[in-house]
Amino acid sequence: MKELRTTIPIEEYMGPGHLACQGCGAALAMRYALKALGPNTSMDFPACCWSVIDGPFPHSSLQVPLFHTAFETAASTAAGVKAGYDMLGKTDVNVVAWAGDGGTYDIGIQALSGAAERNDDIIYVCYDNEAYMNTGIQRSGSTPLKAWTTTTPVKHPEDRPKKRLVDIMAAHRIPYIATVSVAYPEDMVRKFKKAKEIKGTRFILVISPCPPGWKTRPEDTIKLARLAVQTRIFPLLEIYNGLEWKLSMDVKKPVPVLEYLKLQGRFRHLTEEDVKMIQENVDREWEILMSKIKK
Amino acid sequence: MRKVLMGNHALSWGATLSRVQVIAAYPITPQTQVVELLSEICADGTLDAKFIKVESEHSAMAACIGASATGARAFTATSAQGLALMHEMLHWAVGGRLPVVMGNINRAMAPPWTIWTEQNDSLSQRDTGWMQVYCQNNQEVLDSVIQAYKVSENQKVLLPTMIVLDAFVLSHTMEVVEIPEQEKVDEYLPPYNPPYKLDPKEPHAFGGLTGPDGYFELRYMIQEAMEEAKNVWKETGKEFGELFGREYGLIETYRVDDADFLIISSATIASTARVAVDVLRDKGVKAGLLRVRVFRPFPSEEVRDVVKGVKKAVVIDRNISFGASGIFYQEVKAALYNEEHKPPVFGIITGLGGRDVRVEDIVEMSEDVLKREKPESDIIWKGVRV
Amino acid sequence: MSQKEPEKKVVFSSVKEMPPMAVSLWSMRYNKTGSWRNLRPIINYEKCVYCQICWKFCPEPAISLEPVEIDGKVKPKPVIDYDYCKGCGICWTECPTNAIETVEEEK
Repeated sequence: MKELRTTIPIEEYMGPGHLACQGCGAALAMRYALKALGPNTSMDFPACCWSVIDGPFPHSSLQVPLFHTAFETAASTAAGVKAGYDMLGKTDVNVVAWAGDGGTYDIGIQALSGAAERNDDIIYVCYDNEAYMNTGIQRSGSTPLKAWTTTTPVKHPEDRPKKRLVDIMAAHRIPYIATVSVAYPEDMVRKFKKAKEIKGTRFILVISPCPPGWKTRPEDTIKLARLAVQTRIFPLLEIYNGLEWKLSMDVKKPVPVLEYLKLQGRFRHLTEEDVKMIQENVDREWEILMSKIKK
Repeated sequence: MRKVLMGNHALSWGATLSRVQVIAAYPITPQTQVVELLSEICADGTLDAKFIKVESEHSAMAACIGASATGARAFTATSAQGLALMHEMLHWAVGGRLPVVMGNINRAMAPPWTIWTEQNDSLSQRDTGWMQVYCQNNQEVLDSVIQAYKVSENQKVLLPTMIVLDAFVLSHTMEVVEIPEQEKVDEYLPPYNPPYKLDPKEPHAFGGLTGPDGYFELRYMIQEAMEEAKNVWKETGKEFGELFGREYGLIETYRVDDADFLIISSATIASTARVAVDVLRDKGVKAGLLRVRVFRPFPSEEVRDVVKGVKKAVVIDRNISFGASGIFYQEVKAALYNEEHKPPVFGIITGLGGRDVRVEDIVEMSEDVLKREKPESDIIWKGVRV
Repeated sequence: MSQKEPEKKVVFSSVKEMPPMAVSLWSMRYNKTGSWRNLRPIINYEKCVYCQICWKFCPEPAISLEPVEIDGKVKPKPVIDYDYCKGCGICWTECPTNAIETVEEEK
C-alpha cells in the first residue's frame, strides 16, 4: 500500500498517557513542534505546565531528551546545552528551550534577552497560555487586559495590557521570530521547519488555549486558537532579523473580538465598554502592525 | 614550567589543563582575572572551549549545568554576591549529579559593599551538596582544579566541587606555581563519561517530578556519594603526588605528632598559622597545626584522629554563622562530640571583612587560649574593635 | 526507552535499582488516560471523509491513521485509541462532516 499523504508529518515523537488537561493547547503545540523538528532534538523545560505534563520520574512521554531546569533559566540552560553538544561534535542537534509565558515574559526574560543578545544558536519556544497556569492560574506579564486570574479577581481584573514580547524580541534583531497558533498546524510546522534551518536565536510564540485557566470548554481549544488569529488579536507573522515583518495570513475581514471573548469564562465579567475598548486596542495594534509589514 | 601567577590565573590554568569544554562566567571583583585570562586562552586557540558571556551568575551556573548534562566538562568562577545569586542553581547541579567545577574567591557579603576576604559566601552554601576545597596557596589552587574534576566525575561521586581561595591574599597575590605538563594531566584526568546524558540517540528526561515515593532515595544516594568522595579525594590526592610530586589529602597537618596544643584553621589563615606554630614552638609550646582542606565532605575521622592526642585545641574561623558561632568550629566540635577523649576546643572568630591576620596575631590568640582552662562561650572575638 | 514498558508507574524498591539521578527510563504509556473520559467519541465511517482533521488536532495523540483502500485509493482511516482518549471533544467539534458521535461512558 502506498504511504499516506498527510498535511503535517505523520511521525509522532510524543506518546499518549501524559498528564495534560483535556483539550490542552500546550500538548498540541509540543506534538506539532516535534513533528517539524524531528528526533534529533534536545529540549529543556523551566518550571511550567510541561514540567508536569511530561510525566513523573522515572517516566517521560517524549521521545527526545529533555532537561528540567529552574524557572528563570530556560534560555541560559539551552545556551549551555548547545555549547556542550557543539563541543562534543553533535553540532546538528536542534537545541530547544520550551517555556511557558511565566518563564518567558517575566522571570525568564533576563536569560532570554541575554541569549538573544548573544545570538545563541537555540530555538526558544514560548507556549503562551497567558497566565501562570501550572501554579493555579495567577496572572503573568502576558495576561491580557481585563482577564480574570486568581491574582486579578473579577472585582479587580487584569489592568495592564499584554506585554509586547514580539516587539521586544524584534528589538534584539535575532534572525527569526514567528508567531503560531495550534489551530494552524501546517503554518506552525512550516515555521518550525524554517527555524530549524536558521542559525542563531530563533523565537517562536505559540498561542496556547488553556481550558481550566481560560475557563473554556476543552472542545473549544482549536476554535479559540483560530479565533485569536481571525479577530486579529494574535496575528500570525514572521520577522527576519528584527526588521523584516511578514504577515503569514492576512485577516481581511476580522471577526469581532466579542466572538472570541464570549467563549471564555475569564472574560465573563466584561462590560460592553470593556469589549469596545478591547476592540479598539486590537484595531489600533493591527494598524501599527500593518505599517511594519513589508509590502 | 614554573610561572609567577596570581591565584586567579592559577584557576584559569587549572581549568585550561583540565581541558574544560564550556565556560560560562560573569565578572565580579575579585574574580575577573580568572575569566579574562580564560577568554584569551580560548581566543588564541590554546584551549578549545566555548566561552558563553552570560548576563548573570545565575545564568552562568544554568549554562554550566546544561553543558554538563550533555557530557561536556564545564567550568565557572565567581565570588560573594555572584555565588549567592547562583544559590538556586548550586542545588540544581547537585540534584542533577553534574560534576561542574567552580572557582570561588572568598569575598565578604554585602551590604555594605566590600571586596575583601571572608568565608561566609562559600560556607553559606555548605548544605547544598557541593564539595568544597579551601586552598592555602596558588599551587594548590591550580592542582585542586585538576584533582576536583577527577573526583567530581568519578562514577561513584558525580557531585560538583568548588575550589575556594581568599580574595586578594591569594586571588591577587603572585606566587611561584609549577604548571604541570598537559600530557601528564591527560594521563591523570580521563575524559568525562557520565552514566546518563542528554543525547537524542538515547533520550531521557532529567529531573522529572518525584514524590515522596522516590525523592528520599535520591537524597540518600547523594550522601552516599559524599561518603565515597572522601576515599576518592584521598586516592586521587595520592595519585597526584605520584605523578606530579605534590600529594594532597583531606587535611594537612604540621608538627602534630607530639603536639599538646592544636591550631585548626583553613585557607590562608592556616598557612600563616604554620609560621605561628614555629614561633610558639620556639617559645616552648608544643604547638601543631591542622589545616582543613576538604570541608565538604567533612573529614570527621581525620580530624578526630589528629585531635585525640592533644590537650587543647583552637579553631580559627574567618567566618560566622550568625546566631551560632564560627562554622569550622561547629563542625569540629560535632566531629568530636561522641569521642571519649575530648580536649577543650576554643572558637576564635577573626579577620572578617578582610581584616589582616598576621603571625603575631595568631601567636597572641594561641597564648590567650593557652591561659584559659575551658571555653566559656562559643566565640572569642579577636581583632575587632569593641 | 529501551526497557520493557511497565504496567504501572515505577516505584523503586531500593537505591540499588535506581539511576544516580532522576532520569526517565520508561514512557508514560502505563497511564491509561482513557479513564478521564465522560463522553466517548465514536467515528461513523460512513460520514468520515478521511480529511485527517481529527488526527491532526488530537492533543494526546489518541488517534492514529491507518491506511485503508477505498474505491481503489489509499485513505487515512482515523482510529481512536480508547486506552488514552481523554474525551476532550476537540475531534468531534472540529470534524467538518459531524462524523464523530458521542456516547456517555459507562461506569
